[in-house]
Amino acid sequence: MKLQGKTALVTGASRGIGREIALELARNGANVAINYSGSKERAEQVAEEITGFGREAFVIQANVGEADQVQNMIKETISRFGSIDILVNNAGVTRDNLLMRMKDDEWDDVININLKGVFLTTKAVTRSMMKQRSGRIINISSIVGVTGNPGQSNYVASKAGVIGLTKSTAKELSSRGITVNAVAPGFIETDMTDKLTEDIQDEMRKQIPLARFGSPSDVAKVVLFLSSDDASYMTGQTLHVDGGMVM
Amino acid sequence: MAEVMDRVTKIIVDRLGVDESEVKLEASFKEDLGADSLDVVELVMELEDEFDMVISDEDAEKIGTVGDAVNYIQEKV
Repeated sequence: MKLQGKTALVTGASRGIGREIALELARNGANVAINYSGSKERAEQVAEEITGFGREAFVIQANVGEADQVQNMIKETISRFGSIDILVNNAGVTRDNLLMRMKDDEWDDVININLKGVFLTTKAVTRSMMKQRSGRIINISSIVGVTGNPGQSNYVASKAGVIGLTKSTAKELSSRGITVNAVAPGFIETDMTDKLTEDIQDEMRKQIPLARFGSPSDVAKVVLFLSSDDASYMTGQTLHVDGGMVM
Repeated sequence: MAEVMDRVTKIIVDRLGVDESEVKLEASFKEDLGADSLDVVELVMELEDEFDMVISDEDAEKIGTVGDAVNYIQEKV
């Protein structure tokens, strides 16, 4: 198993892509801390599934946009597992609106969780990764962070920010054996994309060379790769998992 | 003082791979001991562990020489 003996923390792991990432890492040998913000029961279901694979799992509540909650989450995880070898910054929200109509709090909420959350969590975990001279950080961006998308200026800015943050962090931490990469999913079937209308979904499908929407598992398998020794010579990269939508 | 200096010196020697004789109070981590910014961050982390204290980011930024570190620890311990 690729991740035998490793420990991982996945933020926003109670559902969608984060859930599938947590399960995929566990299937491949990792013990996994499951962060959630609101969905405690769903987070506990993920933990139960993981325990079913014979791995350790526990759930931890934290709003990743709040520094003290993030520090507590990292501390708690390290005290339970002894280390964090793999951090997956997945937690994210949307508050879509046209720029002209966007309220300050719609902007701030999305930037706080999607971008500042990655900064805070990475900062908090770096201390122990630097000490152990190894670590894998995988940030979940989005293909719209590369292309832009109308009605999502806040989300797109946060996801483009994640790509820049990934590159800077990769450069700062490379000498300490820590790699930092991003994954930019395209259209993946989750609660977040279910909100889009049928028309928009049809329109999007036409733009995908592989002519189908992705599944959370398509993303999780790429995260698994980046978490493993197979990706040890990659850092600062953004991998598109989008059926060829953006080339 | 001497005891703190000894413990600080040992950490610096281990971390930066310099000779013990180079670790003087006036020695600057970056100018004299060949540390880069990240090395200084790591040194501060190790000092926190060694002396069981928390050094805030603001205070850490003021630590530029061996003497700065020793004095800071002396005051807090």
